[in-house]
Amino acid sequence: MLAHIGYGALLLSFLFSLYAIGAAFYGAQRGRPDWLESARRAVLVVWPLLTLSAVSIVALLLTNQFQIEYVASVTSREMPVYLKITALWGGQAGSLIFWSWLMATFTFVLMLRSWKRDREFLPWVIIVTMVTLAFFLGLSLFVENPFARLWATLDGHTVKAMFRPAGAMPFTPQDGNGLNPLLRHPGMILHPPFLYAGFVAFVIPYAFAMASLITGRTDARWIRITRRWSLAAWLFLSLGLILGMRWSYDVLGWGGYWGWDPVEVAALLPWLSGTAFLHSVMIQEKEELLKHWNMVLIILTYALVIFGTFLTRSGVLSSVHAFAQSAIGPLFFAFIGITFTASLYLLMRRWNDLKSDLRIESLLSREALFTFNNMVFMGIVVVAFWGVIFPILSELVTGQKVTVGPPFYRKATGPLFALLLLLMGIAPLSAWGYASAKRLKKLIWLPVVLAFLTTGGLLAIGIRSVWALVGFWLVAFTAFVTLSEFVRGVRARMRRGEALPVAFLRLISRNRRRYGGYIVHLGVIVMATGIIGTQFFATQTQATVPQGGKITLGHYTMTYDGLQEFFAPDGRHVARAIVSVYKDGKKVGVVHPRRDFYLDSQQPMTIPGVRSTWLDDFYVILVDWQPISVEGATFKVFHQPLVNWIWTGALIFILGTLVAAWPEADPETAKRRRPRHAARREARASAS
Amino acid sequence: MSNRNKFLIGALFIAAAVVYLIFSATKASAQYFLTVNELLARKSEFVGKNVRISGAVIGKTIHYDPQTLELRFTIAHVPGDNKVVEEEGGLAKVLHEAVTDPNRAHLDVVYHGPRPDMLKDEAQAIITGHLGADGVFYADELLLKCPSHYEDAVPDQAQGNNN
Repeated sequence: MLAHIGYGALLLSFLFSLYAIGAAFYGAQRGRPDWLESARRAVLVVWPLLTLSAVSIVALLLTNQFQIEYVASVTSREMPVYLKITALWGGQAGSLIFWSWLMATFTFVLMLRSWKRDREFLPWVIIVTMVTLAFFLGLSLFVENPFARLWATLDGHTVKAMFRPAGAMPFTPQDGNGLNPLLRHPGMILHPPFLYAGFVAFVIPYAFAMASLITGRTDARWIRITRRWSLAAWLFLSLGLILGMRWSYDVLGWGGYWGWDPVEVAALLPWLSGTAFLHSVMIQEKEELLKHWNMVLIILTYALVIFGTFLTRSGVLSSVHAFAQSAIGPLFFAFIGITFTASLYLLMRRWNDLKSDLRIESLLSREALFTFNNMVFMGIVVVAFWGVIFPILSELVTGQKVTVGPPFYRKATGPLFALLLLLMGIAPLSAWGYASAKRLKKLIWLPVVLAFLTTGGLLAIGIRSVWALVGFWLVAFTAFVTLSEFVRGVRARMRRGEALPVAFLRLISRNRRRYGGYIVHLGVIVMATGIIGTQFFATQTQATVPQGGKITLGHYTMTYDGLQEFFAPDGRHVARAIVSVYKDGKKVGVVHPRRDFYLDSQQPMTIPGVRSTWLDDFYVILVDWQPISVEGATFKVFHQPLVNWIWTGALIFILGTLVAAWPEADPETAKRRRPRHAARREARASAS
Repeated sequence: MSNRNKFLIGALFIAAAVVYLIFSATKASAQYFLTVNELLARKSEFVGKNVRISGAVIGKTIHYDPQTLELRFTIAHVPGDNKVVEEEGGLAKVLHEAVTDPNRAHLDVVYHGPRPDMLKDEAQAIITGHLGADGVFYADELLLKCPSHYEDAVPDQAQGNNN
């Protein structure tokens, strides 16, 4: 019954989204506002319908309706309630519905904004968002139906279908498969929704970009409307990536946080192109430049969002030789192909309208540096995309699959990330429009000197790796430049008589975009420090020791004090080692690496014991243990310098994004500053 | 020189750097991805070379010595072509048949390190390492997948010394 309600609501939302597409198109073509309004209302109806559909799935999950194939495949009786709810995005069919629901939610919010100044965009925004939504709803309805039931056929097979196949009997398994214990972690529960929210929110700026191309209103209006959507998308995507990293570090037990797995890369790709987009739209707003480029970036980001959804959800990459393993593969590729081609066609049609009469005046100007930053970001996108598709290409060309692993990504992206850091350091010192080398020299010498002093200090304490020193130099340089921006701004305000804290807060709150951006940069710098630390200085060892035995790694020594074994109430057998950690001979703490064995699924899970400080993590994994009589145990031990900087940097990064996205309500800034490009045009007119 | 040209040179420079990085990094880290049959058929060609293989783990051959952290197990050939896997009834079924069929090609694998949680009978193993002259495959990295139990959202579990 519930399944039929959910399926019916799904079908209706599909029909309403199709209607909205048709009505919006007709309304736009014939200039009929009544049809347009009807389309808008249809969009408003889609959201409650899809909510009903998603709620039905959750209700089915909560009430153990194992006759529904999806419920049986992702939950089991003994699972706690919160995991049953989050099982909505635990499998493919459910997560497609969740994706669609997010899409419907965002368009619902969008439809409620005031469209007075942008009426001409409305039909096309409806069409683009609803075409995207209808594609996903179609997948749910016809290919990956989460409401399909299990049926036992006469010849003894179990099949899934929405309606009773001829001669089949309903089939209800006693219990479901449950969720892999590895996924029962807060990071993994929140990771997909954030990632999806990021993916979906990028559809909104894309929709406005297409509307702008179709209507020919090619000024920066579409960018201004969607600035916050882009920032939100970017924030969600960043959070999703970081949560995934944290999960990997806490649960997978290999001491790392990023493995360049194709699924990770798939989520990173739209983040990279989205980051480039966030930077380059600023140039269009300020200088009316790079209009084509912004279009290319948002089209690319949209394509990568769909590609990323496909890769993370279809399971194609997790198997060996597999593209198009699931039925939805070809459909996704067709959809990406069609939307990408159509978008490029629209862009070509407006190519001349997007031409600017202005040029970049100086190679040291901020817009020039932003352009280089964009090129480098695109370079990383190309590298990462190559890494994902290389196995497929090689198989197509040579018939033999050749893969590239993490070393490929590290080698090929490392220098590009370093170049990005350098650009991030120089850019704040340059000015919009014309920037002179003289001014740059005046501002740059102090950060350069300070960075060399820092690097010298690191050399003095014994760091010898050349590339690590180069990395630390870049990080220090960029950090000093960014901090000096704050110092200069605060000083200028203090000269006007403001007290230090007031000056600091006002500096940020009255230039939120700029200083929010700098805070994000500081977050990136802190994260980069952590990444350099872990990439260059991580060490590990492994040993089997008797009780009371020691393992030494660098400055650290651990002793194996004992082992506890017990059954936890949620169906686990736990073996928990007690390990004391000593640094330079002094006891600094006790950690409890453990191995949980889930009885229902016969699945063990290794949880590291971590002693974490701002300087380094001492990360202990219990590999194996012998019965009490022998009392020995095997440990793998990792020393991860600066890993906490990654998580701290991530928090700073999020804070900065929030500052940048926060609406400016301050009367001082509410007065719009005149865009620079207007002044430049006037100056040119009066000169000629 | 006009700014436009300077920009073009800058762009070309970055593009060239990207192409170079991709080319050199691919060359340095590309690995053949082979099935057990393919590896054994071209043994002499691949001995000592870094390759990646896929196979089905035979549960009863798993032997782990926690003292030395030496893990030994045997994998059976599974077809690499996805279409073939589909035709034969899906990955879970193919893995099951590979393990139970005594006529399949087998390969002994040695690995040093913690025993991965997901290493069990009929798991799919994707192993990076090299074939020794003694016919044993020396693994540097293990990637394991159990297709039978959970839906696809299960991550592969990677373990290796070069992470």
